[in-house]
Order: sequence, then C-alpha cells, then structure tokens
Amino acid sequence: MSVTPTADEPYLRVRDLKVQFPTEDGLVKAVDGVSFSVRRGQTLGIVGESGSGKSVTSMSILGLHNPKRTKISGEISVGGRNIVGMDDEKIRLLRGQDMAMIFQDPLSALHPYYKVGVQIAEAYRIHHPSASKAEATKRAVDMLDRVGIPQPQRRAKQYPHEFSGGMRQRAMIAMSLVNDPALLIADEPTTALDVTVQAQILDLLEDLQREFNSAIIMITHDLGVVAQIADDVLVMYAGRAIETGSVEQVMRSPQHPYTWGLLASVPSLHGDAEVDLVPIKGNPPSLINLPSGCSFHPRCRYAGRNGNKSFAEVPELRSTGQEGHQVACHLTAADRLKLYQEDIAHAGVAQ
Amino acid sequence: MTDLVDSAEGTVGAPVNPREPLLKVENLAKHFPVRSGLWGAHSVVRAVDGVSFEVRPGETLGLVGESGCGKTTTGRMLVRLLEATSGKITFEGQDITHAKGSQLRRLRQDMQIIFQDPYASLNPRHTVGRIIAMPLQVNNVNPPGGVKKRVQELLETVGLNPEHYNRYPHEFSGGQRQRIGIARALALRPKIIVADEPVSALDVSIQAQVVNLLRQLQRELDLAFVFIAHDLAVVRHFCERVAVMYLGKVAEIGTRKQIYENPAHPYTRALLSAVPDVTKLGPAGRIKLQGDVPSPINPPSGCVFRTRCWKAQEKCATEVPPLTLKPAGSIAACHFPEEGDVI
Repeated sequence: MSVTPTADEPYLRVRDLKVQFPTEDGLVKAVDGVSFSVRRGQTLGIVGESGSGKSVTSMSILGLHNPKRTKISGEISVGGRNIVGMDDEKIRLLRGQDMAMIFQDPLSALHPYYKVGVQIAEAYRIHHPSASKAEATKRAVDMLDRVGIPQPQRRAKQYPHEFSGGMRQRAMIAMSLVNDPALLIADEPTTALDVTVQAQILDLLEDLQREFNSAIIMITHDLGVVAQIADDVLVMYAGRAIETGSVEQVMRSPQHPYTWGLLASVPSLHGDAEVDLVPIKGNPPSLINLPSGCSFHPRCRYAGRNGNKSFAEVPELRSTGQEGHQVACHLTAADRLKLYQEDIAHAGVAQ
Repeated sequence: MTDLVDSAEGTVGAPVNPREPLLKVENLAKHFPVRSGLWGAHSVVRAVDGVSFEVRPGETLGLVGESGCGKTTTGRMLVRLLEATSGKITFEGQDITHAKGSQLRRLRQDMQIIFQDPYASLNPRHTVGRIIAMPLQVNNVNPPGGVKKRVQELLETVGLNPEHYNRYPHEFSGGQRQRIGIARALALRPKIIVADEPVSALDVSIQAQVVNLLRQLQRELDLAFVFIAHDLAVVRHFCERVAVMYLGKVAEIGTRKQIYENPAHPYTRALLSAVPDVTKLGPAGRIKLQGDVPSPINPPSGCVFRTRCWKAQEKCATEVPPLTLKPAGSIAACHFPEEGDVI
C-alpha cells in the first residue's frame, strides 16, 4: 500500500497534504500533513470521527475547496496530474471523468427540479460533447439499470423525491459512474441508510469496482464497513494520519491507542454482551487549538509513559516492523503489544 | 395474542424477570390519515399495526427495525406524545391509553423519554439548570435540599460538572448534551425510560460513553427501559429482551440469546446478516434482501414480509402469520420459521 513506491504506479497519490481555513477565531488546521495513495482496483478506507479531516481531504482531491478561503499545500496527483493549485477549469474537466464522488446525503446532492435521468445524462454530455441527447439518455437508463434500479426507463423520468433513500443513493452512484471514473470517492455513502439497504449498496460498489477497475476511497466512521470492503485503511485523528496499513493489519493487530479505542468502544454482534465497552474519554479536540505534541494525548490512557514526549513532540508515522503498517505513537512496540493484550483485546468488537 | 405471549413465556424455562409487568402493550395501533392532493383519495398510513409486548420492572426491552417500521411511533405512544388509534397500554395495572390531565401528569413522573437529537431536544435559551429543573417545577416537586441541589446531584450522576449549572446547551458537545437529556429524564425518578435512538447522533467514541452511562444507571436505579434503535449491536449490548419490528408489526420477540443466536424469523436473520461486522474481513456471505420496504399505506396481504422473503409461499400471501412460540424459544410471526444457529 501507500507511501512505498511500487511497480504499478498508484492512480492517486497524496503527499503531505495540508488544508487550512483562516477564520475569525484563528487558523483551522483541518488536514495536517497526510500522505496516502490508492491503486486502481483497490479500496482505501479512511476512518475517523467528525472533525478528523476525512471529508476535507476528499474535497481537496476533487478540488472543491474555495481557493480564496482555503490554504492548501502538498501534492495531490491524480493519474500523474497535480491537482493542488490547478486551474479550476482544468479540474472541472477531470471531475466526473477521472474522479467522481458519492455524497452522504443523496437528497441534497440531487437537484430536486430535474428528472433523475436528465441529471445523469447531463453528467455524461459534459464529458462527451459529441453525444446526442438520445444517446446520453440511453446511457443514463443503462446506468440506472446497472445499479439495480427496477424499470429504469420509467424511473429515469421521475424526480428525486419519488425515489426511496436507497434508490436515491443508487441514482447518485449511477451518476458518478456514468463516465467510468478511474477514482471514486464515497463519503459516508451508506450512513443515512438502513442496514439491509447498506448491504445492497456495499455489494453494488464491490461489483462495480470489479467491473470498472476503479480506485475507491471509502470514507466512513463505521469500522464494520471498512472491514468488509477496504483493502487498506487510514485512521485519521484531528487532521493527521495516526495509523495506516492493510485492513488485516489495522483490524487484527491495531497499534495506535486511538484505533484500540475505536475497536473497544464499538459493541459487537458476537462475544459477551455483558462486558462494558471501553470508551475513549473526553471529546475530540478543537482544530484551532490542537493539543501540543501528540494531539491524542489528552484522551490517551497511556500518555506520558515515555517522559514528556507525548506532550512536547508530534509523533511521526513510523513503520511497525510489518511491511506497509505504520503508526504515529510514542509508545514502544513492546509496550503497545503488552497494553493491547492487557487492556483492549477483551472489549467491544476487539473481542 | 397477548395471552399467548404470556403463557408462552410462563412455560419456556425461567422467565427473564419474574416480577409483574410494569408496562403492558396490547394490540397497539397508530394509523395516520393521509390524502394525495386536495381532492385525492383518503387513505391511512399504518405506522403501527397491532403491536403487543410487556416490560417488567428493571427490564430492558429493545425495539429494533429499519426506518419506517414504527418503532419511534410506538415509543411516542407509550409516553403519550401520540394518541393510539386502537389497542391498550397498561402501566402498573392502570389503563393509560387515553390518560389526560392529572392522570397524565402523574404518569409522566414514572415514565420519561430520551430523544434522539441532542441538539433539537434542549431549549437553547434555557440554562442547563433550568432545563433539568423543569420536570420538577411542572410537577410541583420540592426535593429535600431544594431544586438546585437536586439538579446538581443529577448533573453529577450523569457525569457532568455540577458547577456547569448555569451554562447554556450550546456550550456543551453532543455527548454532553445527551447527558443533559438523560439527567432531565431522571429528574423525577421514573420507573421506566423510553430511549429513542439515544446514541445514534453521536460519534463512535462518544456512543460508548453514553451507552455505558445508561447501563450503569439502569443497574443502579433498577430502571426499566424501552430502548429504540436501528443499531443491532448497540441493542444487543444494552437489552435483555429484543423485539424486531417490520412494517408496523412485531416480527419476532425474544431474549437476547434467542434473537441473536437462534432467530426464527427470516427477517431477523436477514437483518443480522446485513450488519457489517469487524470480526469478518472481506466480502461477507449474507442474505440479500431484494428491493425496499413496502409502503405502509398499502401493506402486502398476509405476511407483510413476504414480498422480500426468500421462503415465501402461497400461504404467506393469504394468511397473516400469528405470533407463536418457535422451537428455539423466541416468539415469531412466520409460517416457515428458520432453525439452527446464525452462522
């Protein structure tokens, strides 16, 4: 995964991305030096709570931040082209064609005044100016059929409010895939949906990925979703990457106390239901006044084990010894192993 | 139907909790009238359509199901925020289905609700102290030591700083606000709390804090809970008994073990298998349900689940399956129940 260059070049490469918003109250450091990469056919899961910077990261990849109000630095390379600082008109040509996004709330992402089929056809015609209206409409109906909407001919002529939540999300997916994008960013695509519909959508994404060989970034707070569809995982906290590795590594031998916290605080369908969850104490920090040193230290049970390093020094992502698995923590590897076995392994989904 | 539920529980092993039921719901229904357009045809949304269950003192019952299954409507009828169309709600032997005036006020001292949205359920112009003291004032309760002392005790009980008595809701985070809502619900020392999706608006790390708090309060104060949620894992963690609802009806009801390990209703199985589980990496082999939940305006004949059920046969379209005791111990409404453990 990620930062080590491999033979087949990753489609998306993000290096030392920093996104900051100047506000009246101070500088909001929404993303603070994040690096990752995704190859075609692979899925990267980005996990974090609200305010961890996961959505801001995805918006910068699509070039959706207003340059007047945002300071972006670092490098975002999509198929070899650097997005950061690129002209808005040029990014617009990439958007939809090379990269597309599925938003969390399909009702606000679809235009209520236009028929669903028309909206999908419009997305197609922008990147295929020579296509006739009839061709584009046919393509839209095909896409609706492809994402499993029954009677696509009839459905294409309906308005978004006539669709159920799951159907709207399918229509969104149809719209984002209409130009066969090489990179698909799904920002909490199933959070607003019921579990049975979520299961349908996740299966659909997997099928489509196999068919189109796209790179997918799945942004979510649901570790179950990540476990199911991701190949690699990036855990974000307060705008920084704190752990990254394959899904196997991060879910089975997590190294960062925050990842432990997430795993131990989520109730599971298996294991002993009577055991209390182990919550992470406190609240996520303000992005204007980040805690000094490791930004997780006020909530970390193990802060201060190595002198005052946790409070003074920002931990860097370092290899855990396993290939591709990196963690940003001051604890020693031996300490981490011991603490995990003692405190975490019995609670929540960590069981 | 309720008689059956009663006798079934009497015969199947030891009941979870031997005490008399605190709350008894029989054939409860709520139909909302709707019409399409000004001159359109009148029709009814059968939001809740014949639901029966019991909650004993100190017991936790979970109501789970997908959106639109009627779990929230049921909860609101319990605390009398909505008037039931038909059916009967009994609280401590008293019929409260149409309680009004002073009876309702007395009732609300014993029965409280925690809402889903910690942002919308607190008045932004009132201090936290005032919000929590409101139930005491409305009911003319004068706790020993005064209202302020009681409020500060409550703040401490839910893990907030008693000194924050004079702050406003906007000064608190989502998890803290939910704690304020819990403190308000506890103010009158209720016997039962209806919690409507109390943690679903919170971040994962905060969810665990609130779930642990509710569990601790439930044990310490011997509170009964009706816990309404769509998250099956949270419900499993919190509730001793679980009722699975589908399209306004109870599909299956049983103990935690029965529902999560040997469910009889195909819908329960499908719901469980749809939950993405961290313990399984990679694509999960699951039961795929086709399509969406049918409209509650025009529910399918016979078994309401038959349109999405892989076992549906002719009988399912003509006969409504009654809630009966199934071999694994749960009570389910299905003509062709499943057997064996969940994989």
